[in-house]
Amino acid sequence: MDFTLKIWRQENAQAKGKFVTYKISKISEDCSFLEMLDQLNEQLVDKFDHPVCFDHDCREGICGMCSLYINGRPHGNDQGITTCQLHMRKFKDGDTIVIEPWRAKAFPLIKDLVVDRVAFDKIIQEGGYVSVNTGGVPDGNAIPISKEKSDLAMDAAQCIGCGACVATCKNASAMLFVSAKVSQLALLPQGKLEAKKRVENMVSKMDELGFGSCTNTGACEAECPKEIKISNIARLFREYYVSTVS
Amino acid sequence: MSNFFTSSLGKKLMMSLAGLFLCVFLVVHLGINLLLLRSDGGEWFRIGVEFMTTNILIKIMEIFLFGGFLLHIIYGVILQIQSWLARPTRYAVTHNSQTSFFSKYMIHTGAVVFIFLALHFVNFYFVKLGWTEAPTGDKVVEGSHDFYNMAINLFSTKAYAWIYIVFMVFLSFHLQHAFQSAFQTMGINHKKYTPIIKAIGTIYAIAVPAGFAGIPIYYLFFY
Repeated sequence: MDFTLKIWRQENAQAKGKFVTYKISKISEDCSFLEMLDQLNEQLVDKFDHPVCFDHDCREGICGMCSLYINGRPHGNDQGITTCQLHMRKFKDGDTIVIEPWRAKAFPLIKDLVVDRVAFDKIIQEGGYVSVNTGGVPDGNAIPISKEKSDLAMDAAQCIGCGACVATCKNASAMLFVSAKVSQLALLPQGKLEAKKRVENMVSKMDELGFGSCTNTGACEAECPKEIKISNIARLFREYYVSTVS
Repeated sequence: MSNFFTSSLGKKLMMSLAGLFLCVFLVVHLGINLLLLRSDGGEWFRIGVEFMTTNILIKIMEIFLFGGFLLHIIYGVILQIQSWLARPTRYAVTHNSQTSFFSKYMIHTGAVVFIFLALHFVNFYFVKLGWTEAPTGDKVVEGSHDFYNMAINLFSTKAYAWIYIVFMVFLSFHLQHAFQSAFQTMGINHKKYTPIIKAIGTIYAIAVPAGFAGIPIYYLFFY
């Protein structure tokens, strides 16, 4: 398969960026999107050109490192997958593919397609955990949890913090991410103890970091590679209101 | 509590509560307006207006109504500006994500509704306060400038009637997303009840503006 790639190139955060067009040919349809970019980079290095910088790590859809805004969609034109799981057979031979970095004030660009997503870590640091006291390991069955609750908590816990929700939201809102991180703990007895402090601090940090507000468009849910539901956002609202009046 | 009103979630809640209050007001307003369709020379309509302008409870609610409008508009604009600032660099390829069409243009449809509101105030409320002249239409109705005469004058003016209908279409677009979105913001999202809320929202967003638009349509084609 042959493709024309329009890739955002930017030396650093201060430099002026621009789209650079590359032609790439003889790409296997079984090739992943990142493998296709690897092949492009090998060609660029052979020509003593700078390779395109992009984030990646596990390449099996669980680490949340890969990003890329491909033809107007985060993680490209497929449902419930990350960019590393996107195959070139999802494109047509001869397609022009526009590749952009995540665009959000809270995710400043580092180089080319790499953005700094440390803002998510800062939100987690504000309460996306349960404090564990020292002592013996409690019995797994000592605290009964309903199957329904544990399933919902596990669904929320699937969030890999890739930032696709922020990237696709017209307001660059981080509500789906924050709601997933609040929900996975709020649903379980272990998370109840610090629930009030957690939701207040995480929301406050989210606002402080310059993410936009949620207008319930549902774009985040449509693009989330882990298919996190916006019902979590409603739960975040509830948790926040309860914490305010309690 | 101190952070609540400055947080994005707090602002959203205030906005959605004010919005739902405005939705209730629209139904009351529509109820009075529909009395215009009675061929009783405005007798029932005048009784309705008399009640709405003199009843003490309604007068108190009027303060809440203006507060609701202000709250909804001011918070809406603040949140939108914050959201625009949250993405200083735009994408070259516009969003292709699957979202509801109306949800993407809330600030735009809201701005159109605001223009209508300003026009509506100049035509009706400011006349009542004596700030502006009563509107004159194609079909001049003799008598004092009461609300019935003002309404008949305007609705029988072709240009105004059509503008009114177009504004109601935009109001419908705004309400399509607004109604169900307000419930999500209040934290109400349920497997069974959310589809019902969405259905009620769609019916409301079509029926209420259609009810309002029905009056100029009547005066345009059947009067």
